[in-house]
Amino acid sequence: METIFSLLVALFFTGGIYLMLSRHLIRILLGVVLFSNAVNLLIFTNGRLTHAVPPIISPDLMTPAGPVANPLPQALILTAIVISFSFFSFLLVVAYRAYQDLGTDDTEEMRVAEPANEAPPPMGY
Amino acid sequence: MQRGTFLTFIVLLLPLLGAALAPLLTRWAGGKAGWLLAIVPSLVFLHFLGMLGMVSEGQPITGGFDWIPSLGVRFSWLLDGLSLTFALLISGIGTLILIYAGGYLDGHPQQGRFFSFILLFMGAMLGLVVSDSFLMLFVFWELTSITSFLLIGFDHEREASRRAALQALLVTGLGGLSLLAGLLVVTQATGFNDLSTLLGSGDALRSSPLYMAAFVLVLGGAFTKSAQFPFHFWLPNAMEAPTPVSAYLHSATMVKAGVYLLMRLNPVMGDTAAWETVLPLFGGTTLLVGTLLAVRQTDLKLMLAYTTVASLGLLVMLTGFGSELAVEAAVLYLIAHSLFKGALFMVAGLLDHETGTRDVTALGGLRKAMPITFAAALLAALSMGGLPLFFGFLAKEEIYAALGFGNGWAALATLVAVAGNSLMFAVAFAVALKPFIGAERKTPKQAHEGPVSLWLGPLVLALAGLLAGLASGWVHAGFSSPMASAVAGRAVEVTISTVPHIGMALLLSAVTVGLGIAAYLSLGTLRGGMAALLTTIGWGPDRGFDQFVRGMLHASVGVTRIVQNGRMDTYMTVTFVCVAAVLLVPMILFGEFPAVPVFPDLQLHEWAIILMAVIGIGAVVYAKSRLVAIVSLGIQGLAVALLFMLFGAPDLSFTQFMIETLSVVILALVMTRLRLALSDHRPLGQKLFDMSVAGLCGAGFGLLLLKVTQQPFNDALSQFFNAYSRTIAHGRNVVNVIIVDFRGFDTLGEIAVVMITGLAILALIRIRAKPDAGKAKEIGR
Repeated sequence: METIFSLLVALFFTGGIYLMLSRHLIRILLGVVLFSNAVNLLIFTNGRLTHAVPPIISPDLMTPAGPVANPLPQALILTAIVISFSFFSFLLVVAYRAYQDLGTDDTEEMRVAEPANEAPPPMGY
Repeated sequence: MQRGTFLTFIVLLLPLLGAALAPLLTRWAGGKAGWLLAIVPSLVFLHFLGMLGMVSEGQPITGGFDWIPSLGVRFSWLLDGLSLTFALLISGIGTLILIYAGGYLDGHPQQGRFFSFILLFMGAMLGLVVSDSFLMLFVFWELTSITSFLLIGFDHEREASRRAALQALLVTGLGGLSLLAGLLVVTQATGFNDLSTLLGSGDALRSSPLYMAAFVLVLGGAFTKSAQFPFHFWLPNAMEAPTPVSAYLHSATMVKAGVYLLMRLNPVMGDTAAWETVLPLFGGTTLLVGTLLAVRQTDLKLMLAYTTVASLGLLVMLTGFGSELAVEAAVLYLIAHSLFKGALFMVAGLLDHETGTRDVTALGGLRKAMPITFAAALLAALSMGGLPLFFGFLAKEEIYAALGFGNGWAALATLVAVAGNSLMFAVAFAVALKPFIGAERKTPKQAHEGPVSLWLGPLVLALAGLLAGLASGWVHAGFSSPMASAVAGRAVEVTISTVPHIGMALLLSAVTVGLGIAAYLSLGTLRGGMAALLTTIGWGPDRGFDQFVRGMLHASVGVTRIVQNGRMDTYMTVTFVCVAAVLLVPMILFGEFPAVPVFPDLQLHEWAIILMAVIGIGAVVYAKSRLVAIVSLGIQGLAVALLFMLFGAPDLSFTQFMIETLSVVILALVMTRLRLALSDHRPLGQKLFDMSVAGLCGAGFGLLLLKVTQQPFNDALSQFFNAYSRTIAHGRNVVNVIIVDFRGFDTLGEIAVVMITGLAILALIRIRAKPDAGKAKEIGR
C-alpha cells in the first residue's frame, strides 16, 4: 500500500516541481497546488495507511474501540491544507495584480525588484 | 595579591563614563571641557601611580571577577612593571592630550563627539595593557582598532579620511583576527587562557609542537598593529586624523600595542631561533624603510609618522634581539619615544593651528612669534636625537651597548641602528628647528603663540624627557627596571645614567650625531633622491591596498551578478537542484536505498482513484488551454480527497473537497480576466533539463518515503492522543481535539495567517493603479 503511495507522491512532486521551474506565473501557481498536495500525501503516508475507521470515539466509550487511523498526521495536514490555500490565494492575487501593472506573466520580464543591467556600486571609499 | 580590586575596576571604567558625559559637557563648556575631562585620565593616572611602590618591588598586582565561569573566562587584570608603565603613559599623556584637544578643536561643531571617541579609545587601550585573560586582551585589542577607525575617520566628509580609516581598520582588524587565532593556539598548546599563568609556565609554550603556529599568528597581530613593514602603510595615512589623535594613538600609545604584546610574550615565546631571527629582520627593515620614507616627506606630520614607523621597527628589533641589555634598551627607548614623539606631534599640530600650514618648506623664522613652542620642540628633538642629559640619550647608549659588534648579525643590527638613528636625528631637527630659525616666512595665518591648552602638553612631555634623563636613578627604580624585568621574565636592573661612559656606545652615539647633522644639512638633496627612487619603483603597499579593495569590489559585483541575477527560474532551479542533492546524495553515499517493494495488492476502486490522480497531474502539466488546466487541477484535488476518505480521514477529505472547489472557482474567475500564455515556451533542452531536475526531486522524495515506511513505526504519540482526547480534553473526534486543544496555539497562529492573508488580498484588490501609473511598467521592462 505504502509502495504505491510513494510512487504517487513522487509523481506529485515531479509534476509540481516541473511546473514551478517554468517562467510563467500561472504555471508556477499550478505547480504550487500540486506541490502542496504532494507534501500532504507525504505526511499522510508517513503516519502509515490503514483501512481502519476514522479516529472517532463512540459516545459510550472513553477511548477508541479497536484500531483507528493515525490521528496525528491528519491534524497536521488539516492545518497544512488551510495554510496552503491561503498561500495559493495570495499568490494568485499577487500574480493577477502584477499582470495588471506589468502586462506580463513572464518572470523574465518582471524585473522591478532586481532590474537588469543595474549600475555597479560606487568604487570610491 | 588582591588589593583594591573593586577600585581598580571602577578606574578602568572611568574613561568610558567620561566618554558618555563628554558630549554634554562640551555643549555646556565648549573647548574648556578639555580641562574638565582631563580630570578623568588624571584620576586614573593617580590610581595607578599609587601602585608604583608595590609593583616596583617586583610584586605584580592582580585582580578581577568571573565573567563567564562555565567557560573559565575571567575579567581579570595583571599589573606588573610592563603593564603599569603602559597604563601610566596612557593616562598621563591622555590627560595632556585632552587639554590639548580642547584647544585644538575649540569651536569645532563636533568636539563633543571627538572627546567621546578619544575617551573610549583610552578605556580600550587601558583595558588592553592591563588584561590578564586572553579573551579580554583580544576584546580590548579590537576595541582599540575600532576607536582608531572612528578617530581617523572623524572628518568623515573627506574621502581621504574615510579611506585612511577603512585602511587602518582592515589592516589592524585582520591582524586582530590573527591574534585571536594565535591566542587560541596558545591555549590549545598550553591549556592556559590567561597571561599570569602562562608567564609562570616556563618552557611550556616553547617546547610545544604548536609553537610555530602560535608564533606566526601572534606576529600577524603585533606586526599589523605596530605598523611593521610591509604593513606600515596604514600608519602614515592615519595622519588624516586630527593631530591630537596622531599624537596620542598613532605615536604614543596604540601603535605600541604590538610592541607591548611582543614584550609581554617575550618570557614565554622569546629565546628561540625563530623569534631572534624574524623580529630583528622585520624590525630592522621597518627601521630603514621608515626613516628613508620620512626623509622624503615635507609635511610635518608625515615626517613624524614615518619616524614613528621607524621607531616601532627599532623597538621590535630590540625586543627580538634576545639579550638582557637589548630588553633594557627597548624599554628605555619606548618610554623616551612616547614622551618626545607625543610632544613633537603636538608641536606639529600647534604650528598647523597657528600658521595654517604644516609644510616644512613653507615655515621659517617662527622663534620670535612662538617662543614656548620652539622651546618645547627643541627639548623634544634633543631627546629624539639622543643628546646627553636627555632620556633619549640613555636609550641610545643602551641600544648601542646592547647591539655591539659581537658577531656579524649584531654588527649588521648596529649598522642599521646607526643609519636609522642618524636619519631620525635629521628628521627630528627638521621638524623642531627648521620652522623656527632663518628668515620669517609668510604663512596663511598670522603666526602667534597658541593658548596655554595647546603648548602645555608638548612642553610638559618635552620637559619630562629632560627630567627623566637627569633623575634617571628614580626613573629606573620606578619604571625601567620593573618593566625590563617583566619583559625579560627575570629580575633585571637598569643602571645607565647621563654621565657619559667612554666606550663603544659613546663613540657610536657620536657617529650617529655626526651623521645626523650631515643628513640634516643635506636634507633637500636626500629628499630629491628618495623622491626619484620612489618614482622609479612606482608601486607600494599603499597602492596595493587600493588595487586590492577595487579587486574585491569588482569580484563581489561579479559574484552578485551571477548568484543574484534577477531571474526567478535560475533561483528555482538552484533551489531544487539542491533539494535533489540533499535527498539523493546521502542515500547513494551510504547505500541507504529502500528494499525492493512487493507489488501492491490493491482493490479495483483504489486503482481507479490513483489512476485519476495520475491523469489529473498529467493533464495539468500538459494542458494547452486555461479551461483544461483548471479542470485537471480539480481532478487531481478530487482524487486526493477520495484517497483521504478511503484511508480513515473524513475530516481531511471534507476540507480538501471544499478547498479544491474554492480553488477551482477562484482560479476560473481570475483566469477568465487574464489573457495568459499557458503553453510552455521553454526550448526543448531547457524542458528536458527541468524535467530531470523535477524527476530527481520526485524520485528522492519517493525513495525517502518508501525507506521511512519500511522502518518500524513508533505510534506512542498517536496512542497518547487516542488515550487522552476524551479523558482529558472531553472530545470524541481525536483529530479535532488535537487541533483545537492539544495544538490550540498552533491553530491560533494558523488562523492569524489566514486572516492576514485575507486582509492582504483585500488590500491588493482594492488598490487600483492610477491612470498615470505607467512608471512601474517601464521599470519592469
